[in-house]
Amino acid sequence: MAITRSFPTRDVLRRPRFSPIDIVVFVAIALLLFGILRLARSLNTSSATAHVAVISTDPANLPYYAARSLLRMFIAFFLSVVFTFVYATAAARSRRARAVLIPILDILQSVPILGFLAITVTFFIALFPGSELGLECAAIFAIFTSMAWNMTFSMYHSLITQPVELDEAARMFRLTKWERFWRLDVPSSMIGLVWNGMMSFGGGWFFLAASEAISVGNKTYTLPGIGSYVAAAVDKGDIGEVGIAIGVMVILVVGVNFLFWRPLVAYAEKFRVETSEAAEQPKSYVLNFLRQSNVPGYIARPLKPVGRTLDRVTRPFGLAEYPLSIPENRRRAGDVVFAGITGVVIVWGVYRGVNFFAHTSGFGQFSRCLYLGFLTLLRVIVVVVVSTLIWVPVGAKIGMSPKLSRYAQPVVQVLASFPAILLFPFAIVIFLALHLSLDYGGIFLMALGSQWYILFNVIAGASAIPTELREMADQFRFPWMQRWRELILPGIFPYYVTGGITAAGGAWNASIVAEVATYGKHHLLASGLGAYIAQATAKGDFADVLTGIIVMSFYVVVVNRLLWRPLYHLAETKYSL
Amino acid sequence: MTDGQPSTVPGDEPTGAVIFAVDHLSKHFTSPDGQPLPVLEDVSLRLHEGEIVALLGKSGSGKSTLLRCIAGLIAPTSGTVSYRGTPINGANPGVSMVFQSFALLPWLTVQANTELGLQARAVPVAERQRRALQMIDLIGLDGFEQAYPKELSGGMRQRVGFARALVVQPDALLMDEPFSALDVLTAENLRTELLSLWGGKDFPTKAILIVTHNIEEAVQMADRIFVLSSNPGRFKAEITTQLARPRNRRSPEFEAMVDQIYGIMTEHRAPEQGQHAAVVEPGLASPTEMPLPHVGVGGLAGLLEILNNRGGRDDLPQLGRLLTFEIDDLLPIVDAAKMLGFAEVADADIELTPEGKTFVEADILTSKKLFATAAAARAPLVRAIVRALETTKDGTLSGRFFLDLLRSGFSQDEAQAQLDTAIDWGRYGELFEYRADDGELVLTPPDDIAA
Repeated sequence: MAITRSFPTRDVLRRPRFSPIDIVVFVAIALLLFGILRLARSLNTSSATAHVAVISTDPANLPYYAARSLLRMFIAFFLSVVFTFVYATAAARSRRARAVLIPILDILQSVPILGFLAITVTFFIALFPGSELGLECAAIFAIFTSMAWNMTFSMYHSLITQPVELDEAARMFRLTKWERFWRLDVPSSMIGLVWNGMMSFGGGWFFLAASEAISVGNKTYTLPGIGSYVAAAVDKGDIGEVGIAIGVMVILVVGVNFLFWRPLVAYAEKFRVETSEAAEQPKSYVLNFLRQSNVPGYIARPLKPVGRTLDRVTRPFGLAEYPLSIPENRRRAGDVVFAGITGVVIVWGVYRGVNFFAHTSGFGQFSRCLYLGFLTLLRVIVVVVVSTLIWVPVGAKIGMSPKLSRYAQPVVQVLASFPAILLFPFAIVIFLALHLSLDYGGIFLMALGSQWYILFNVIAGASAIPTELREMADQFRFPWMQRWRELILPGIFPYYVTGGITAAGGAWNASIVAEVATYGKHHLLASGLGAYIAQATAKGDFADVLTGIIVMSFYVVVVNRLLWRPLYHLAETKYSL
Repeated sequence: MTDGQPSTVPGDEPTGAVIFAVDHLSKHFTSPDGQPLPVLEDVSLRLHEGEIVALLGKSGSGKSTLLRCIAGLIAPTSGTVSYRGTPINGANPGVSMVFQSFALLPWLTVQANTELGLQARAVPVAERQRRALQMIDLIGLDGFEQAYPKELSGGMRQRVGFARALVVQPDALLMDEPFSALDVLTAENLRTELLSLWGGKDFPTKAILIVTHNIEEAVQMADRIFVLSSNPGRFKAEITTQLARPRNRRSPEFEAMVDQIYGIMTEHRAPEQGQHAAVVEPGLASPTEMPLPHVGVGGLAGLLEILNNRGGRDDLPQLGRLLTFEIDDLLPIVDAAKMLGFAEVADADIELTPEGKTFVEADILTSKKLFATAAAARAPLVRAIVRALETTKDGTLSGRFFLDLLRSGFSQDEAQAQLDTAIDWGRYGELFEYRADDGELVLTPPDDIAA
């Protein structure tokens, strides 16, 4: 089986080992955020007041809001694809670019998206003063950051593992850079890209819902959309309207899957490089319908000359070739210059960054954040452990039965896509009724969205256990213990690790919205790093926000390095079927 | 060009204009611990208009590497490749290539695949289609224009490979083992068709360079054959064939030439530069000087068994034909038999030694013992491992230790393959065990050895 139905695609995690570069990059990204923030503040002085949409909670408006949300999702997805094309190609084709781009991407993956929402909102609003466009951009950017990294890693990995002889054929037949990209690079990355795109799109709903209504510095910004509808309904305390919105959301998720992703997944099969067919061909009614109609032909015909023109116009960019040998001196000189510039930028940035913190919140906040981060870490651990205990047995059961998994897999996928944040109001009503502190309730909220990754991947793993092995276990009448120890656990382990790392990442992100909660006039608060970031955002204290984000990213990176990567390595070397 | 072996028949240098020239080309890869691994050593060759040249060698002789240097896909470490007098520093503009694995783009139809090279050369659409269809016709793919490669058999796929390569009318056609992924009949069919096209006057290329490990294929197709030695690849012999086309495989001249080349290829020479260097004695060579052939004990025993049944002596080409083994499959087994002293080879004939005969005829436990004795004495890496293990207190060493040592002379993959073969032999002979869990090699205590 060529693509493992796990998410993120396993290749995404197969990355270089920890190196000092990681620290450098980590610092550099913190500085980049800091730079954006400074820019935003300077722009902000020009009396920027955002246009705040008034959200009506009349359910009749829901279709319009849903359409706005959907449009946002697709714009973000489109941008992610463009970003992926450029970034992955640069990283795969240029040795020097790769040395910088891949570590950057690796760290970016670990930065909590919701944390820097506050910074980006301020930035974009300042960029488009007095219009809704700034808010719109901020929301789209948040969704974009949730989709792009995974897709980029997927394409990068496809590019560097491209079959050698196809690369040779492309060079031998003298394709131009443009032709090679569209005839070889994109098609050979297609399956991974579509699969990752679909799952990332699913994850994006969460950030859509979270970014449509946000408070920064005592100002509340809202955009017309399904997320802000729910926020408005919650403010009113109308749980019935929240319920309707959830219904609409389910329809959206399922509809997009049926009309967009299924056809795309089925279509992508065409781009399988191995000549053998996949064991189970993905099918799509919509795609079959389209293929029988003349519509694709009508669309393709006028596009063909466009394609040819583009082929011609891009010819001056040259062949997809490189000189076989470059004088050693020139290459080394280039390396030195490149490293020098990178170094200067980083040193200058460190200097500015240290200055910034010294003049604002000071470094004392870091130790406080480390303590709060530890509390949140404990919550994340509980989420992962409890989800594991519940969903591993269930997932194994489902995955081992082909019939069950055929029905369960799409349902779980929808559950994983559904923005859990929309369910928070129900949970909070219950917490209020039970007088449950958010210190514990927050764990439940964090688990609401992230647990499904474990279930999803365990199902995928269990269904990948070869039938012969299952039959062998039946044949020898393995007792319950032996069956788990010697067949099921080793079989699902690689998939479980993928699910676990994703679930943990999701839980960290969710902590920013799960450790503070407002329902009507009730305010709940947990102590944790998520709450710290959320409060700093609400106060508009950017130095604190930045401190929180840096510490949270630090936790995520460290746990990934110390726990998940070694497990992942073990899974790859010992337990791969 | 060659080191003047007696087997060489230096023919007249062909008269056609030189298409490309390879001058003193060497290619070194770098071993994991930074040592240069020579793959090709000082190779020179010219391809002239109107000739077919074959590069013949065992796996590891660097013949595909040489082809890729000529194609401008990889850079030589030293020496030059020039096309029509101009040194190349990028994909060679005058050649096209047919790949062993076809290298078709699975998402394009037969016609689109064929048009690929024309499109890259910005040939106008109408012209492009006309030429592609014409070539599809010529190569026998008529009716398959709109098929995807997935839908085709291997033979038909390789036809697409030929059509794609020829449609751009290259000066020279490079072929990297083009028939070795096909079954015997399909390969023969395609080879014959290609040769009859070559004989016609409309054939769109002026010369062909084919890389192969199949001796008969080389003799059937080529005007000149370069035999490469292994580790590193050097030209061992150049043979000019003047057999009339079409060539009859059953003719005595054909068979004599195949026998001659078999003889050249099975000779073992020291990797040193010297002209008449002595044959390396297996008992004295180091593991990197004399690598283990990658052969399982089962295959070795099987070959010796057959040899014994056929009277203990046989002609290698005939044995190969009988088993429908390609030389790449057969020669490593022969090498292993020679290394262990179970067989001897002279002039393309293989003969069972007395030790070999005892090994074949003994019962399983005895033959295991004989194998163990032979391997420990004559297989350099196995001997080195046994000796190293004997010097330790507990008879245990990490496999990594040997891997590190091997890396000085082999690439990462080859070092691993060497160790794997040694472990296989050691396990079979019960000389030592390998625990996959912790990667330790353990000496088998003497009293454990099957008595």
